[in-house]
Amino acid sequence: METSSHDILIIGGGGAGLRAAIEIAEQDPGIDVAMVSKVYPMRSHTVSAEGGAAGVAGKDDTIDEHCYDTISGSDWLGDQDAIEFFCNEIPKELLRLEHWGCPWSREPDGRIAVRPFGGMKKMRTWFAADKTGFHMLHTLFQTSLKFNTIVRYDETFVTRLLVEDGAVRGVVAIELRTGKIRAIQAKAVIIATGGCGRVFPFTTNANICTGDGMALAYRAGAPLKDMEMVQYHPTGLPFTGILITEAARAEGGWLLNKDGYRFLQDYDLGKPTPAPVFRSMELGPRDRVSQAIFGEFEKGRAFHGPYGDYVHLDLRHLGEHKIESRLPMVRELCLKYENIDPVREPIPIRPVQHYMMGGVHTDIDARTPLPGLFAAGEAACVSINGANRLGSNSLGEILVFGARAGRSAVESARNASAANETAILAQARDEERRVEERFLRRTDGTEKITKLREEMQRAMEKGCGIYRERDSLAESANKIGELRERAGNLALDDHSRTFNTQLTSALELGYMLDVAEAIVHSALDREESRGAHQRRDFAKRDDQKYLAHSVAHRSADGPPRIEYLPVVITRWPPGERVYGR
Amino acid sequence: MSDTIILEVARFNPEDGGEPSYQSFEVPLRPDWMVLDGLNHIKDQLDGSLAFRWSCRMGICGSCGMMVNGVPTLTCETLLMNYAPGPVRVAPLDHFPVVKDLVVDLDDFLAKLQKVRPWVVRKDDFKPAREFMQSPAQLEAFHQFSLCINCTLCYAACPVSGLDPDFIGPAAIALAHRYNLDSRDQGIEDRLDIVSQHEGIWDCTVVGECSVVCPKHVDPSLAIQQFKLTATKEWFKSFLLPRGKH
Repeated sequence: METSSHDILIIGGGGAGLRAAIEIAEQDPGIDVAMVSKVYPMRSHTVSAEGGAAGVAGKDDTIDEHCYDTISGSDWLGDQDAIEFFCNEIPKELLRLEHWGCPWSREPDGRIAVRPFGGMKKMRTWFAADKTGFHMLHTLFQTSLKFNTIVRYDETFVTRLLVEDGAVRGVVAIELRTGKIRAIQAKAVIIATGGCGRVFPFTTNANICTGDGMALAYRAGAPLKDMEMVQYHPTGLPFTGILITEAARAEGGWLLNKDGYRFLQDYDLGKPTPAPVFRSMELGPRDRVSQAIFGEFEKGRAFHGPYGDYVHLDLRHLGEHKIESRLPMVRELCLKYENIDPVREPIPIRPVQHYMMGGVHTDIDARTPLPGLFAAGEAACVSINGANRLGSNSLGEILVFGARAGRSAVESARNASAANETAILAQARDEERRVEERFLRRTDGTEKITKLREEMQRAMEKGCGIYRERDSLAESANKIGELRERAGNLALDDHSRTFNTQLTSALELGYMLDVAEAIVHSALDREESRGAHQRRDFAKRDDQKYLAHSVAHRSADGPPRIEYLPVVITRWPPGERVYGR
Repeated sequence: MSDTIILEVARFNPEDGGEPSYQSFEVPLRPDWMVLDGLNHIKDQLDGSLAFRWSCRMGICGSCGMMVNGVPTLTCETLLMNYAPGPVRVAPLDHFPVVKDLVVDLDDFLAKLQKVRPWVVRKDDFKPAREFMQSPAQLEAFHQFSLCINCTLCYAACPVSGLDPDFIGPAAIALAHRYNLDSRDQGIEDRLDIVSQHEGIWDCTVVGECSVVCPKHVDPSLAIQQFKLTATKEWFKSFLLPRGKH
């Protein structure tokens, strides 16, 4: 078995992982940092983010206002110390990216331009047209190429964390090109693997978003926090689930039902005005807007299409010039995937799974409870997003907490004790054997990956959609339990070593089922409605009982053990979420 | 019209010791299906051993470039219907070593990308307390070249890349040019030294195929011609000002 070792190993080459790598390389060129990613870094899902990254920029804006918007947006489930730290740090991070060459859109005088965004009281969202994630990712990746000290394992798939004497000591991973299984040892490991949207059938997420890092941490003993908090983005294209950015509404787009009526006014989100108003109507938060669209479906005021009900996002009144300059990708996507030109026709949209507020439980320093293990970005839950993330806070989060994870990992690696290499490598060989025997050499499996994946996705949509209730959640929990057993009996057609994507699909299915189980049980346990978690059977927010994070611990067999951790409240006591009035 | 279409897919697995071949699969022909949906139908329903890369399925991650009927194509944004009644030939990108089936080896491209120093180079120590001022016109000067998604379709289209593997190639040169044109950057001399070497811009024969196939409407061919012009000017300057740096 091939082995190598580094001071710090980052899993994931998206925005959070790259930011961490650069931070480490800049802090101390003497530190040996490596990055392992199952795709080339510039393919990571950060690339698909569109609208922008929020950070206080204008003189009329304050850090406190960004904090309040984020806290009320989170339905008071975000930790206020983390949010305050985040809002203070993010303008510096966005400037750093500017210095590294990110092509931010500009004002006529050459300053950074900002735009409004949902749930935000001021203009503070920095943007690079509507390809902000793409430009941020490529800027970070290209900047990372400057540092020869960053070692990359591209297209290398992690199958397990190595834990010795209670601390994380590296990973076992498959080099996809050769199929070689290798042990990569490290004194500190950062998980930056993004989200898990692919547990749902209808998602904006890329094929690679299978919750790998969440499951790796969960299996190694780090708990998952607030996993019931699943964000549905209001505006996805009906067949593909491709995201139409919230910036379309921030620039003035309207949501219309089948009668051409701006229905958000019926859902306590304000009164319609021709121009967008902060924290009102189409600039409401994502949870409330998605719930309103679902309400129109139930009232029969939506259109019916081959891929389910939908409503219209109308940009026609913005005119061709504004659409081309501010929303070129929206136009490109609509033309290519719906054969619709938003300059002339309204866009059919429906709510689509988009983001996980939950993730690996970390503190404000990106530390997990497991020594030597850190997490940042969508894979982590600090939590700044609570029960509902505001649009344009996630691109900031990957920078602020990616950098923070890098600094914490440096400190941890410097203080790490000597490792018991014999024990670590014995564990790695066990893992090699598991992959070989359970997947590569096995010929008597009977279950199909595709079938199990579809059954999982159906169960998750049924139980963990926009509205939830006990019976359907319990049914989904049973189904996921059954699928986890059946996943032990997978049949593979491909037993070769070279670039075996069926093997990685099988391993990803295992990750997704673990994450799905945490989601569904956390949702079953939270008997209240808050933010993105809406229970038909418990329609009210219950601060007495649930002003707390759910923390799911994996158990060897059977459902996870759910505990609760109080929310950190500093200066903003829980109150009513008010939008549009 | 038939409701199915035949995909003839290139197969190759180095472990079989066999030669590359084509295998035919019949897949549904649906009006909203892309070529990638057809490949996923094969992978999910017909033959799980087929290897290809894909991720975002919205034309931005750059993973799923392949030769479709001989043309470098992003399969996630190209309708299967365009090829009706078929058959459609899907093969790995030209000019790259094949790893397996439709997967090519991109290490060489990544090395070339790193070689052109695609990051902001500052020769002075100036670090503004705030942003660098950059007018919309200054942004516009380099913006189109920053839209490259590294899908490498341009390498598969470029006849010079096919003949001379040392040619730095369209995407890497376009990205070098992107930084040269960025008002925040001072690294043009470094990049001229790298790109104007033999394998660099002088190899380009101005066929322009790279710009034709680019799914993001980047114009690498223009970047290369502008690079040639700048390099020529610098070359003359070095005679006019023999003592040195300008």
